[in-house]
Amino acid sequence: MPKNKDLKKILVIGSGPIVIGQAAEFDYAGTQACQALKEEGLEVVLINSNPATIMTDTNMADKVYIEPINLEFVSQIIRQERPDGLLPTLGGQTGLNMAVELARAGVLEQEGVKLLGTQLSAIERAEDRDLFRELMRQLDQPVPESDIVTTVEGAVDFANRIGYPVIVRPAYTLGGTGGGIVANEEELRETVANGIRYSPIGQCLIEKSIAGMKEVEYEVMRDANDNCIVVCNMENLDPVGVHTGDSIVVAPSQTLSDREYQMLRSASLKIIRALNIEGGCNVQFALDPQSYQYYVIEVNPRVSRSSALASKATGYPIAKMAAKIAVGYTLDEIVNPVTGQTYACFEPTLDYIVSKIPRWPFDKFTDANRKLGTQMKATGEVMAIGRTFEESIHKAVRSLEIGVHRLLLKGADELGDETLKIRLAKPDDERLFLVAEAFRRGWELQLIQDITSIDWWFLDKIERIVAFEDVIRREPGLTIETLYKAKRMGFTDRAIAELRREGQGASAPHTAEIDVREYRLQQGVKPVYKMVDTCAAEFEATTPYYYSTYETENEVTESGKQKVIVLGSGPIRIGQGIEFDYSTVHAVWALRNAGYEAVIINNNPETVSTDFNTSDRLYFEPLFFEDVMNVIEQEQPIGVIVQFGGQTAINLAAPLAKAGVRILGTALESIDEAEDRKKFEALLRKLNIPQPKGSTVTSVDEAVGTARELGYPVLVRPSYVLGGRAMEIVYSDEELLNYMKVAVKINPEHPVLIDRYMLGKEIEVDAICDGETVLIPGIMEHVERAGVHSGDSIAVYPPQTLSEDVKRQAIDITTRIAKELRTIGLVNIQFVVFDEQVYVIEVNPRSSRTVPFLSKVTNVPMANLATQAILGVKLADLGYKEGLWPEDEFVSVKVPVFSFAKLRRVDPTLTPEMKSTGEVMGRDRHFAKALFKGLVGSGMKIPQSGSIIATIADKDKEEALEILRGFYNLGYKLMATGGTAELLEKAGMRVKRVNKLSEASPNILDLIRTGEAQFVINTLTKGKTPERDGFRIRREAVENGVVCLTSLDTARALMNMLQSLRFSSEAMPVLQA
Amino acid sequence: MQARLLLEDGTLFTGQSIGADGASIGEVVFNTGITGYQEVLSDPSYCGQIVTMTFPMIGNYGINRDDFESVRPYIHGFVVRRHEDIPSNWRAQYTLGHLLKEYGIVGISEIDTRMLTRILRQHGTMKGILTTGNERIEELRERMSVTPLLRDQVARTSTKQLFSSPGNGERVVLIDYGAKSGILRELTERGCDVVVVPQDTTAEEIRRLHPDGIQLSNGPGDPKDVPHAVETIRQLLGEYPIFGICLGHQLFALACGADTEKLKFGHRGGNHPVKELESGRCYITSQNHGYTVKEDSVRGTELEVTHINNNDKTIEGLKHKKYPAFTVQYHPEAAPGPFDNSYLFDRFLEMIREHKKNNLERPRQAQLAQALRGELQYAQK
Repeated sequence: MPKNKDLKKILVIGSGPIVIGQAAEFDYAGTQACQALKEEGLEVVLINSNPATIMTDTNMADKVYIEPINLEFVSQIIRQERPDGLLPTLGGQTGLNMAVELARAGVLEQEGVKLLGTQLSAIERAEDRDLFRELMRQLDQPVPESDIVTTVEGAVDFANRIGYPVIVRPAYTLGGTGGGIVANEEELRETVANGIRYSPIGQCLIEKSIAGMKEVEYEVMRDANDNCIVVCNMENLDPVGVHTGDSIVVAPSQTLSDREYQMLRSASLKIIRALNIEGGCNVQFALDPQSYQYYVIEVNPRVSRSSALASKATGYPIAKMAAKIAVGYTLDEIVNPVTGQTYACFEPTLDYIVSKIPRWPFDKFTDANRKLGTQMKATGEVMAIGRTFEESIHKAVRSLEIGVHRLLLKGADELGDETLKIRLAKPDDERLFLVAEAFRRGWELQLIQDITSIDWWFLDKIERIVAFEDVIRREPGLTIETLYKAKRMGFTDRAIAELRREGQGASAPHTAEIDVREYRLQQGVKPVYKMVDTCAAEFEATTPYYYSTYETENEVTESGKQKVIVLGSGPIRIGQGIEFDYSTVHAVWALRNAGYEAVIINNNPETVSTDFNTSDRLYFEPLFFEDVMNVIEQEQPIGVIVQFGGQTAINLAAPLAKAGVRILGTALESIDEAEDRKKFEALLRKLNIPQPKGSTVTSVDEAVGTARELGYPVLVRPSYVLGGRAMEIVYSDEELLNYMKVAVKINPEHPVLIDRYMLGKEIEVDAICDGETVLIPGIMEHVERAGVHSGDSIAVYPPQTLSEDVKRQAIDITTRIAKELRTIGLVNIQFVVFDEQVYVIEVNPRSSRTVPFLSKVTNVPMANLATQAILGVKLADLGYKEGLWPEDEFVSVKVPVFSFAKLRRVDPTLTPEMKSTGEVMGRDRHFAKALFKGLVGSGMKIPQSGSIIATIADKDKEEALEILRGFYNLGYKLMATGGTAELLEKAGMRVKRVNKLSEASPNILDLIRTGEAQFVINTLTKGKTPERDGFRIRREAVENGVVCLTSLDTARALMNMLQSLRFSSEAMPVLQA
Repeated sequence: MQARLLLEDGTLFTGQSIGADGASIGEVVFNTGITGYQEVLSDPSYCGQIVTMTFPMIGNYGINRDDFESVRPYIHGFVVRRHEDIPSNWRAQYTLGHLLKEYGIVGISEIDTRMLTRILRQHGTMKGILTTGNERIEELRERMSVTPLLRDQVARTSTKQLFSSPGNGERVVLIDYGAKSGILRELTERGCDVVVVPQDTTAEEIRRLHPDGIQLSNGPGDPKDVPHAVETIRQLLGEYPIFGICLGHQLFALACGADTEKLKFGHRGGNHPVKELESGRCYITSQNHGYTVKEDSVRGTELEVTHINNNDKTIEGLKHKKYPAFTVQYHPEAAPGPFDNSYLFDRFLEMIREHKKNNLERPRQAQLAQALRGELQYAQK
């Protein structure tokens, strides 16, 4: 079928900010889709509120709207643009929900916009629980038996009929509050009684538990001609019970016979056909490990995280194909871009195994509940490719960057047997390592299987890995056979050295990584690179997409061109998000433009950078010294660029340089000068640049002494940190001692930094330097004062309240530091302004989180220019002048987005430690409007009237008063507990007193739960124990979707914004006679 | 134990033995299926071939009683990157290694199977010798050059005895050229009364079975090695509805005057797209063939091309313009591979019913009575 000629202009909806459950995969999908549509000569209009994406670059679509994705804004854009079609399936759940809302509101019909790919009815049938079950019944597809009950007796009757265990899901409670798996009647009675109470409609769903079954997924595609294919199937190592986004997954499935594989494949095709989807779809199954019995768990009628993984795992670009299908093409007429000679209507076949491991934020959120269940908690994921499971999982583990490079977790050997057993039974993020630990203790595989329900096949592999560790340890001399076997199993040189040291003592040969490496190279044990080609070598492919393994034939051919390797940023985590992938992609493009062959190494399957079309060559490999060195040896580049891949790549700079690799851009010494506290202080002293007073301490006593000398409050943090990890403001000796006990292990190797905390305005600058000219695209002013991590602050460009003098100081300091560090490329500097004086807090000699935002609002292609500078091009020759780039007439606001609702027990208070997962942008002529767009885009519901609950710490009361008065004058009702209420009354405001938590119900939590308050303003009382009332108030707000403001700065900005958007900030003037 | 695979072009792979001891010569081919190794191993169409699986880990779910496609494997060797010797699946009864040993099949693991596949793709399938012995390379080469590849695979794999699989439905005579069990399974599932006959059964013998339709099975090797089968089909054409699969499709084409040729490296796997020309629909099919019907040879015959491979555009399906007969190059019986094409068996049965309706307007009984009356009159004379 040829292209649908009625379509000329198409609207694509993106997925908005990065949150847990919706990450960079939709930038990848959206980017592919936009490119695919433009290729067809269609005019593409894009809306996405997330500025940190490649898809929102102006070259991706004909028109890009970085606006909130809600009914109001999208409708407005539709009326303005009048597109012929809307592609809703590439923007995750956000895009899909938006499309449904637009359709239901009648906007699409009114404006004559055709829904492409998936029809409304299909979305509804896949998403609505009842419609879905009805459809499955019609298709004769089994779903777990379930019933909706409103009484405990009803639940008991049903459970008796279907048998225990059953899952209880209270209706309409957030994050599954009050539900869970129950094993017997007693538990059921208790849980259902609770669940009915929690549920606003007094309902619970009782469902047969299928926990423990194999979880298998199929990625399916269909076109308008009813051609259907399966792109990939995947098997979860974690049985049903753990969200697939939190599961370790392999592709293809490993323990299904052809009959089982085909049975589920046929079921998937039946479902996509019944839903009439034109595009991609994901079907999740539970398969009984002891029979052919299976259940359909879920169907996603759109491109998903799994389809991004499937695309990277197979090389088959699902999103691109989905876009082509949506505009009328059929699979059999679309050429397979991988082979260039076969067509998209075929099923990719793999000759390797892919492993995906999620990346969880528990290193940042130490208080969070680490247990894995039906609520996804991972922020990102890594993928690795190998020819055996052992090789593949080993590569995935070392891609995680959690300080682990094999199946060995520090401290696991100290767990008691009972604890180990419990932790194996209730999965958390470390279970893979704990399984290995159990094998190390000699536990029987069958026992571990009984406890974990993990398939025998996977357990056997882990046991083999552990067993082989012993072989490496015990062999008297390390033979080439053992070395080769170890490499084929994915052991790193470092692991081999460690094991040799454990088995043979530190004085034996091959007990240092470098020795193993030298020995290995001497013996010619080197990896070869194989191509990912969708067809297991059946057809000739030209995809420059490689992975390493230890075998015979190397498929990489020498191009003879000059090459540059760009290191990617690995998995998305808090503090290192999609922003770094954005810069990486731009660097690669700039290199290609300049005529170099751009080679990328990365391991994140969600990203644009790992699309094999992005670079000249993609190595899907761990960002681990050994793996990176191997690629370098293979490619012989003129150098390696480390400044776009965040801290991941920066951390590799030193070992690479030591191994003789040329680091392009800012020199290693300069990186070190900026990152090493002592050297950095010396640098600032030399330049006579002020910085907050502080010092480095190596013992608790020294810490207390220093803090007293500086005067509380002080800012404490361990040295060499990422994203403000473990950084805190402490107000007293007591708090400091507590911090020293809980947050850090202080010793001379791990010093702690203590700075005077200056309660000032924070500003941030990104600059590009070619060694001569320092170009500052823009200065960003933070709404929240110092003490809130820059990544969690609302940033405004251009600055709204800075004096010319402050700006001049910032420009001057930035210029001098950039030059002194002999920066080649990007540098990011954070300042605090105190009494009109600018102090330097931090210098990051690399691309920062704000590069995409600033690039978009200033139109200065920052990563591109930085790359050119790295290649030796002078900014002056490109027409750029030293200093600040002219400020934009529009105001742009970057608003952070958090995923607190998904992370139980995490305190939503803004602190020096970064907590946000993503960002949105609001842009308008006026600050207030821009902020409004930003806040709305971030998901904040801002009613024009309503109630505010205020609980303010004593130290903040005075400041809060003025803000609350502002809200009061705007007509908001105030509610407060004891002290705060008294204060407000004294100030002449009417206030509704509410009960504290300790007082009778209804108390403050009940008010939040029942939706009587629209905003909660709560400032932190110290002590981080979750029992504290403030913590419970904040959590309650977050879990009920109530706006929770923990910084008075944010509250003030919101209040000012509301004032500006009103006709008058005063009470309505009354005409008096 | 060590095992080695030497190719005709001189490439030597050294790995581990996973099967029987000894040496074995065959045509080295590759299959791209990820699952289905048991079905591949036991598919008689691989008779005389050394089969490489491109998926690196083979043996994961073991070997079970139910997934055999014939009573025994006929392959001459099995090549994998990694033999998974501790399987995990509820139906697994023993391991791949056991199976190979049980049937005296030589197997090798731990070699670069992707490299092997790339060689075969570039140079075409070729002869190879797989050995667990310590022979010198020259010796292996010598043995390989003096041993011709098999040409009698059909006779080797076909049933020696006629047997029946009774049912209450249409009677289908399945001519076994080395049939996969899947074909019989599909027919019996549809209630057919199936009589499986040896590959050299004559047309006369088949007529004696009074079939409603004739199923030509798949089978190994070059269709031109079984001229008698072509002749039989020619004699039966027009008389009975015919459905041919794989080798059966090629033999049918030859019987109708078309020609066949060898493909460079064949189609073996479960992911091949086939386009049905009439509907424009594309189907994912299971395939296993080294020969194909020559496209230009169809011209001038009474055959019509119904299906083509959407990748290399080779012929995948034919039908006779005059008679009720159609054939496909691929495997609608799946096993291994997708079930998407089993509708072809339904189509076959529809064709049979249609044929009956058209040709038996007068009830069978009347015909019989008339014939008997004639005989009676003759006797009375």
